[in-house]
Amino acid sequence: MARPVPRITRDTNIEFIDERSGPRLVHYGTRFREVVLPRGTRVIHPNPPMEPLGNPLAAIRYALNHPIDADPLFAQLKPGMKLTIAMDDISLPLPMMVRPDLRETILTEILKLCGDYGVDDIHLIIATALHRRMTAAEIKRMVGNKIYNEYYPDRLYNHDAEDPDGIVELGVTERGERVRINRRCVESDLLIYLNINLVPMDGGHKSVTVGLTDYPSLKSHHNPHVMHQCHSYMDPRPEKSRLAKICDRMGKIVDQHMNVFHIETAVNNNMYGGPLQFLGKPEYEWNDFDRTKLQATNALLERMPEAARRKVFEQVPSPFGLIGVHAGKTEPVHAKILETCFAQYAVPVKGQADVVVCGIPFISPYNVNAPLNPLLIQVMALGYLFNMYRGVPLVRKGGALIIYHPCHEEFDRQFHPSYVEFYHRILAHGTNSYELEQYEESFARDPDYIQMYRKGNAYHGVHPFYMWYWGDAGRAHVGEVICVAPENERVPKQLGWKTARNFEMALDMAKDVVGKSDPDITMLKIPPILITDVEP
Amino acid sequence: MKAAAFYDVDGTLVSTNVVHTYAYYAVNVPSLRDKLKRTGGLVAALPFYAVADKVGRKFFNDIFYRNYAGMTEDRLHVLGEEMFEKMIRPRLFPTMLDLIKRSTDEGYRQVIVTGALDTIVKPLSAFLGIDDWVANRLEIVDGKATGRLEPPVLAGPAKALWVRQYMKQHGLDPDLCRAYADSSSDIPMLSAVGRPCAVNPDTQLKTAAHAHDWPVLLVGDKAKD
Repeated sequence: MARPVPRITRDTNIEFIDERSGPRLVHYGTRFREVVLPRGTRVIHPNPPMEPLGNPLAAIRYALNHPIDADPLFAQLKPGMKLTIAMDDISLPLPMMVRPDLRETILTEILKLCGDYGVDDIHLIIATALHRRMTAAEIKRMVGNKIYNEYYPDRLYNHDAEDPDGIVELGVTERGERVRINRRCVESDLLIYLNINLVPMDGGHKSVTVGLTDYPSLKSHHNPHVMHQCHSYMDPRPEKSRLAKICDRMGKIVDQHMNVFHIETAVNNNMYGGPLQFLGKPEYEWNDFDRTKLQATNALLERMPEAARRKVFEQVPSPFGLIGVHAGKTEPVHAKILETCFAQYAVPVKGQADVVVCGIPFISPYNVNAPLNPLLIQVMALGYLFNMYRGVPLVRKGGALIIYHPCHEEFDRQFHPSYVEFYHRILAHGTNSYELEQYEESFARDPDYIQMYRKGNAYHGVHPFYMWYWGDAGRAHVGEVICVAPENERVPKQLGWKTARNFEMALDMAKDVVGKSDPDITMLKIPPILITDVEP
Repeated sequence: MKAAAFYDVDGTLVSTNVVHTYAYYAVNVPSLRDKLKRTGGLVAALPFYAVADKVGRKFFNDIFYRNYAGMTEDRLHVLGEEMFEKMIRPRLFPTMLDLIKRSTDEGYRQVIVTGALDTIVKPLSAFLGIDDWVANRLEIVDGKATGRLEPPVLAGPAKALWVRQYMKQHGLDPDLCRAYADSSSDIPMLSAVGRPCAVNPDTQLKTAAHAHDWPVLLVGDKAKD
């Protein structure tokens, strides 16, 4: 990458640090750190939030009445029919959106329609796959009081991947992947899947084939062999993501056996609400008041205990705006929504970087209302942030990834019991997923973890393995991950990372890794979400 | 089988405890005078038993089982089976029944290690398809209970000792073995295996479970949602 003249190019969201630039802000768990970047460092900012649809209700009704490659929803509703509505769980969107949640809004419309057409055998299923069961309070917040009071718990519940009678095997793909889906969904005359597409990896055939399935089916693609062939997870073209390719193959079997009406939505990246709104803007657009707010926020957060800090962030829901809604047949609907998603997230970038710098925020899809434990810090760095690209990775092969996170060795024992064992016992055997895979089955079949998944609010026993596999493509590509200022150095060590006391030290280590005294450095300003379209 | 799963009973597999068991015997004694004496005595002594349990499970057992003095052996057995059907079986935690089934399917030897009486545990073990069980036995002299327990009295460290000996005798790998219990008095037993699990733990066991990162399983009314 040729070193350009330092300047800010606001139209492309690419900024180059010069002598006038101030420090740049990165997330540091539930706190922030300001980093003084070397002159010439490229900073990639997210696109500003797209303008939300002016009348979301009208857009939803239009989508239901004018679906793509399918009959309008009202034409598919008949008295006496069996209808199931499945929806994404609490892992989407992040952070939780301001009420009413999009799912409440759309469900209300669908249920109104069902009432008009005499459909009353309706079940609402939260497509948790092997994620934890959502609590009653979380479900209530998601679907709203009215729907909750009418349907919970008998007709509104979490998917159970371990229910011995709850799964039906629809068939096996030509490559031997078993397609096993929630029985109620399979036996329904119509399955409506209600999706919120926060990142391009979500939605499409993945919604049903992953969200409503079980461990034997997930094994087909949630394994190191497949993960190593995804470049990247966020590029759902079959030739780029083997995960997406397998889900498509399995989805075709679903379509042969089930009548699926897919509703996909896209939201903008307006994730900071209330007093944190200034964090959604690049630093060079901040005014004096924004800087004062940052100082006050930092001062407050630094004085609070970790649990209280986390609570503060959890209390500020995101004012996401609906920017797209389509309904109908899974594939064309997904294609339309992906266009909208990429319009919001894609940032064209020329050239890879030797060193990429980014901060890890307090939240991931798997720790809503819980601390970000070490395995999730790993998945955020190597699973998510690394994979936020199309084309080629932002960091070059063998490059260095400098991350900011305090790295506490803290686990939520109700939500993540098997993570604790994986972290302490399995990672002691090494970090190579192909070798760790041999322990997967014992976690997946562990009777305690299964009961905690089914009756408590625990992630399935096998889930920490998936989190580790998720980081595989990044681990294989990046030369070194260097964690700046961890408060518990044992964590990065256990994850196979290096540590540095400050940014200067991290940069010196990175120079050794890439073998250059003047490496190309790029800071990735996530969140809000962005996906780099990297031209080599 | 290379591993076993060891279960406590009261509070772990079933929501009842030793006091419920004795209460059932007490209200079913044939003579009205004896019935009033035994049930009245039990109710009056409940606060005392609560304190005794805090002192230690063995101390509690020594005192509590004196209530059984004078009961005939055949009656204890007959009522034990009746009690299982009427009181224990309906109060078994479905989650634990499912767990036992999955654990059996995974090849674990199923073993009950409990301070409850053998008269109850025998029909319970038969119902659950348990491979081995050990429970406390009342000392019987001339066909009547003396109110003392046959040694070794199973409580606290004695359970852990029994579990260790069992694993050794059967060539089981302690690291792979599991144990389930609800009370802090069972911490020694839980510590004897590689994969302990606290079920509806009391405060002390909950603290220990958190300190050692043991899984905590909430069942019955304590299960969320």
